[in-house]
Amino acid sequence: MSRIESKDLTRMAVLARLALGEDEISSMTRDLEQILGYVATLEGLDTEGVPPTAQGFELATPLRADVPETPIDPELAVANAPARQGTAFLVPKVLEEEG
Amino acid sequence: MSLVEKLLAGTLGEQREGLDRRDISARELVAASFSRITARESLTAVVSRRDEAALASAEASDARIMRGEPLSKLDGIPILLKDNIVQAGEPATCASRILGNFVSPYDAFVTERLAAAGAIIVGRTNMDEFAMGSSTENSIYGPSHNPWDETRTCGGSSGGSAAAVAAGMVPLAFGSDTGGSIRQPASYCGVVGLKPSYGRVSRWGLVAFASSLDQIGPLARSVSDCALALDLIAGHDAKDSTSIPEDIPNWSGDLEKARAAGSLDGLAIGLPREYFVEEGVEPGILARVREAITTLEEAGASFEEISLPHTAYTIATYYLIATAEASSNLARFDGVRYGRRAEQPKDLNDLYERSRSEGFSAEVKRRILLGTYVLSAGYYDAYYVKAQRVRTLIRRDFEAAFESCDAILTPTTPEVAFRLGSKSDDPLSMYLSDVYTVSANLAGLPALSMPCGMSEGMPVGMQLLGPPLGEAAILRIGDAYERRCDQSVGLPPEKS
Repeated sequence: MSRIESKDLTRMAVLARLALGEDEISSMTRDLEQILGYVATLEGLDTEGVPPTAQGFELATPLRADVPETPIDPELAVANAPARQGTAFLVPKVLEEEG
Repeated sequence: MSLVEKLLAGTLGEQREGLDRRDISARELVAASFSRITARESLTAVVSRRDEAALASAEASDARIMRGEPLSKLDGIPILLKDNIVQAGEPATCASRILGNFVSPYDAFVTERLAAAGAIIVGRTNMDEFAMGSSTENSIYGPSHNPWDETRTCGGSSGGSAAAVAAGMVPLAFGSDTGGSIRQPASYCGVVGLKPSYGRVSRWGLVAFASSLDQIGPLARSVSDCALALDLIAGHDAKDSTSIPEDIPNWSGDLEKARAAGSLDGLAIGLPREYFVEEGVEPGILARVREAITTLEEAGASFEEISLPHTAYTIATYYLIATAEASSNLARFDGVRYGRRAEQPKDLNDLYERSRSEGFSAEVKRRILLGTYVLSAGYYDAYYVKAQRVRTLIRRDFEAAFESCDAILTPTTPEVAFRLGSKSDDPLSMYLSDVYTVSANLAGLPALSMPCGMSEGMPVGMQLLGPPLGEAAILRIGDAYERRCDQSVGLPPEKS
């Protein structure tokens, strides 16, 4: 485990799709450094051969019959959309135009 | 105080009797609930209400009660939902700007169950944004206040639900508990709060924070009211793949039987030595909890010291796992399908980045960034997998402890409700206030917090932990304590 620096924070912000200002980067770096300093207590603990726990209660992934169900009404599904066209979600153009 | 006002301040059980005897109507009870919510608006416990729909439902309840055909013991009883448990046609903001205008197109499993039982959902309660916090200060609605002292926190993140029950607005409210978010506010406000075993209650329709830790549970004015609520909301749901396909016991019926049987003879309760350390806990809290131990001994329970050797690692483990899961769960808020979208995005990436940055508070961003970091290439094994391995050790501590005892008793919190603002600038110290509650989430255990007296004029809570699916034992112990030594702290005094 190593020290976190503001360039790490900048990289995390890109991965998490967050646009952070200079001030936010430096205050978040400080906060995360403090928190990671605290969690470093785990480093000293021997966990060799201990399996990881991923769930609050271990349960096999359940299967169900492959039977179609009535989906949510498309009108209702897009009712919260910030921008829509019919029952589709509208987003800015993803691909640049050619030429 | 009119009869209906008096009953509103009482337990769900008392309100049920009042309704069944026709001393009051559901309509009167629900109208009184709304009056009470209005009268205590300064607490900022309730963030949206549904007066018209709730009064109409109450009239339907009255018609059923008059026919002698109530749907359940909750028929006609006013209740509140935390703002992260969705109800069709109602807002669900999670106290976040990013969901400020969101209206749910569907019901949560729990909501559906409660409505089918005739419970009257009067509105929604304040919370820390996306349930990330321990004080209900991190909310677009502003902080909720503790009814016992409005300069103090009511706890969090289900703070609005705890404050509403404590102030007598409703006898029952629902919250969610990821690291103590039902139990810590219940403790701070002097009410009973239950986090069921992981998998007991479907998470369908609960806005996800950390999926391997989140559970929905009740906050109420008595242990038996919590049992009644659990009877209604527990059960298998195919829409939640972590929902346990077990038969559901009749907890409230079992409580009745246990009462008839009388004492707690033969029940062994463990006291973890790592939780009873003088330097970490306020003396007033240790004193109240020790008095409760004496009361339970008189009721027939035996106590033994146990050890949970990995206690010191729980908070660190919790914050690594919870933030990792949160960073993944909150990726869905992208400004595309629902929620707030930034104005005039220049491209799709700009839309994502600005919608999220404008929509989330600093605390939510902090947790997303921490979670992203611990899951990122090069750190995944050192942080995330390491925490998952320590989680196994913590779970094993409890498995070993439950070989010799039926339940474990601890304080719920190391201190009484702190002053609003006193921890807002120090995330780590806020995280540390969950020290006694997070282990139940990591190990998937059921856990109950209930009032056991006062310290410094504020309520003190004790916590009972059971083995996985062991709700019956902790409810039985809690109920026996409550009946023997009524420490339910009543309504807070009000300035007139």
